[in-house]
Amino acid sequence: MRIEKSVIFIFIWTLLLMVAIPWTIGKVSSNIFFEWPFFFEVAIGGLLAGVMYSLVALGFVLIFKASGVFNFAQGAMVLFSALTLVGLNELGLPMWLAIIATLAVMLLLAVAIERVVLRSLVNQEHIILFMATIGITYFLDGFGQTLWGSEVKILDLGIPNNPGLYFDGKILINDFDLVAALIAGLLVIGLALFFQYTRIGRALRAVADDHQAALSVGIPLKHIWVIVWAVAGIVALVAGIMWGSKLGVQFSLALIALKALPVLILGGFTSVPGAIIGGLIIGAGEKLAEVFVAPLIGGGIEDWFAYMLALAFLVFRPQGLFGEKIIERV
Amino acid sequence: MTIKRIKTSIIAAAVISGSLVGSSATLAMESQFIGSLVYRTGPYAPGGIPWADGFADYIELLNARDGGINGVKLELEECDTAYNTDKGVECYERLKNKGSTGMPAVMPLSTGITYALLDRVVADKIPLITSGYGRADAADGRVFPYGFVPPATYWGGADIAINYIASQEGGYGNLKGKKIALVYHDSAYGKEPINTLKALAAQHGYEFSEFPVPHPGLEQKATWLKIGRQLRPDYVLMWGWGVMNATAIKEAAAVGFPREKFIGVWWSGNDADMVPAGDAAKGYKSLQFNGVGSDFGVHKQIKSELYAKGKGSAKSAENTGEVAYNRGLQSAFILTEALRTAMAEFGNKPVTGEQVAWAMDRLDITDARLKEVGADGLFDPIKLSCADHLGKGRAKVTQWDGSQWVAISDWIEPNSEMLRSMYEESAAAYAKEKGITPRDCK
Repeated sequence: MRIEKSVIFIFIWTLLLMVAIPWTIGKVSSNIFFEWPFFFEVAIGGLLAGVMYSLVALGFVLIFKASGVFNFAQGAMVLFSALTLVGLNELGLPMWLAIIATLAVMLLLAVAIERVVLRSLVNQEHIILFMATIGITYFLDGFGQTLWGSEVKILDLGIPNNPGLYFDGKILINDFDLVAALIAGLLVIGLALFFQYTRIGRALRAVADDHQAALSVGIPLKHIWVIVWAVAGIVALVAGIMWGSKLGVQFSLALIALKALPVLILGGFTSVPGAIIGGLIIGAGEKLAEVFVAPLIGGGIEDWFAYMLALAFLVFRPQGLFGEKIIERV
Repeated sequence: MTIKRIKTSIIAAAVISGSLVGSSATLAMESQFIGSLVYRTGPYAPGGIPWADGFADYIELLNARDGGINGVKLELEECDTAYNTDKGVECYERLKNKGSTGMPAVMPLSTGITYALLDRVVADKIPLITSGYGRADAADGRVFPYGFVPPATYWGGADIAINYIASQEGGYGNLKGKKIALVYHDSAYGKEPINTLKALAAQHGYEFSEFPVPHPGLEQKATWLKIGRQLRPDYVLMWGWGVMNATAIKEAAAVGFPREKFIGVWWSGNDADMVPAGDAAKGYKSLQFNGVGSDFGVHKQIKSELYAKGKGSAKSAENTGEVAYNRGLQSAFILTEALRTAMAEFGNKPVTGEQVAWAMDRLDITDARLKEVGADGLFDPIKLSCADHLGKGRAKVTQWDGSQWVAISDWIEPNSEMLRSMYEESAAAYAKEKGITPRDCK
């Protein structure tokens, strides 16, 4: 992948600003506590959170690449997969078997979505496919709860949640965040390689550009869609496991999609590396802003700041940091 | 089939359905309709389900054991709001005229729905009972004739939390120089205790810091790095909601903030909030305006009358001790005691909202009455009046031991004198804004 000069330029500027703004505020304002170890603690915490955002964003990217459609149902898929996993586990299946069974359920779901919803919408306007995913969201939210109940369920992977002190005790990093980021990171890298170096990856790009043209050159659209929705289902399951073991498996899991949106805006909807870099920038950016900027304006800016940061990137890169430039000739 | 035969069939069907409607109307005449706004679905369902179960079980207990109230059978209908304000208003409109006398009172179980119904209930003459939520200043019954807030308000809760911290520190005198932080859901609800906590900080000399958490509060790392690594307060209070609660407790553990010094309001103290937090929740404290556990007479009756006969609402009898369940029981108890008071005045027949408002103005739940129903220690006595729509406003401090809540204090009474003047001041401002002439309660 060739990285454009402007992207490197923006990236370096972002890093510089992320350091310079907190440092300057710390120097100017007596209310803000700035020390380098604390700065790095916040930045590392943000980067680790960012990997978790990337994990969710990745599901959106996969489906967008394959169909050019923003899959509104990705958050619902995270919830549905986690509910199914814990539900099957509660029914007596050992965790490993429950994971395999849930993967099978997500595959079946992908087939069902392709058969029932997508197949008849080939070559329709993207907005129609988008509306269809809204329908899928509501169905999955309701069906998941009807099947497995609305109570909070525990998903305990045995990952410790202790504060770990590093660098002579100066920097605190939570063990759970480290492990979660590692698992998420491995999945993200695995998928990036898979889609970068396989025929499916190329087929995906062709399908995303033009359904009809892809069909005409022999790309089996329905298979591609099933594969992509199934992989998005697997990503949703991993996200559901990691976020579910953090927050408990409950309806609110569906809301983590909100954390992925600024990542997508920033990284670009069509780029797997974009989802990773976007997640890291959003994670670190929002945490640094919340700690070093928010106290000056009353606090609680984390969520909307992430969107503001993403929109600021759009001024310089309208297609997102790694998104594909769309040129339509009329 | 000829046209004549079709006509005959239609007439016959009309007569049959008419007679059915008639008979159901007769039944409705004899029973007291109760509408219950619940949320068994949606993002907050984990906290809403046990409340709805507790409410339904108490009503069903009265029906099963006593045949209702004074021979008047209770007819409960739930409407699921999913904690959604527009659905809540829709539910209210759908239920308010049901039954022979309409809905006798509404308990919206949401501050948002409460605000949306404030004007409607006055027009419809239906009491709005908000236990531990809604507008704190509805404690002033002169301005809010149809608003009732027993047994506690957020402002009282804030005062009780500081009272408890003072008792831990050896008296109010020792609060000077202490750091107390508030982590709150960045909404009207979360901001409710701020004025009280600021007023108390000025009075007792503690340093007060606020940490808003944007909805829904799935990510709080930055907030807790500020609290646990930067500010390092002596105590943290929480006005959280839904998934925010468990996340906050986990993040507190992640930065090593002692859970024993972390105290939540009652809406941050559901069993459903503790379960996902796992071990991190051990030692965390929460205020509760009801007792905890199921070792009370009323639970035993519910188990034997309902669960033993497969009629309980909750998944199993084991769920009947959850705090949210007990809160549902308490709301049903307050409502049915008001129905009793109304029937004592207006006769043993279904009563109207206006009659229940009259009864709420005179509600007197004594210790003796609580003993009688097997709820002594579970609920606090409540005595209301035309001007006082709150009562004592007491709450307990409870601690999560890893599997259940354990009461670690007796009922703590807030500083009623200070709070009453705050309620009156706020209610007077509301009256001025709305052009309400406060009623004369002398």
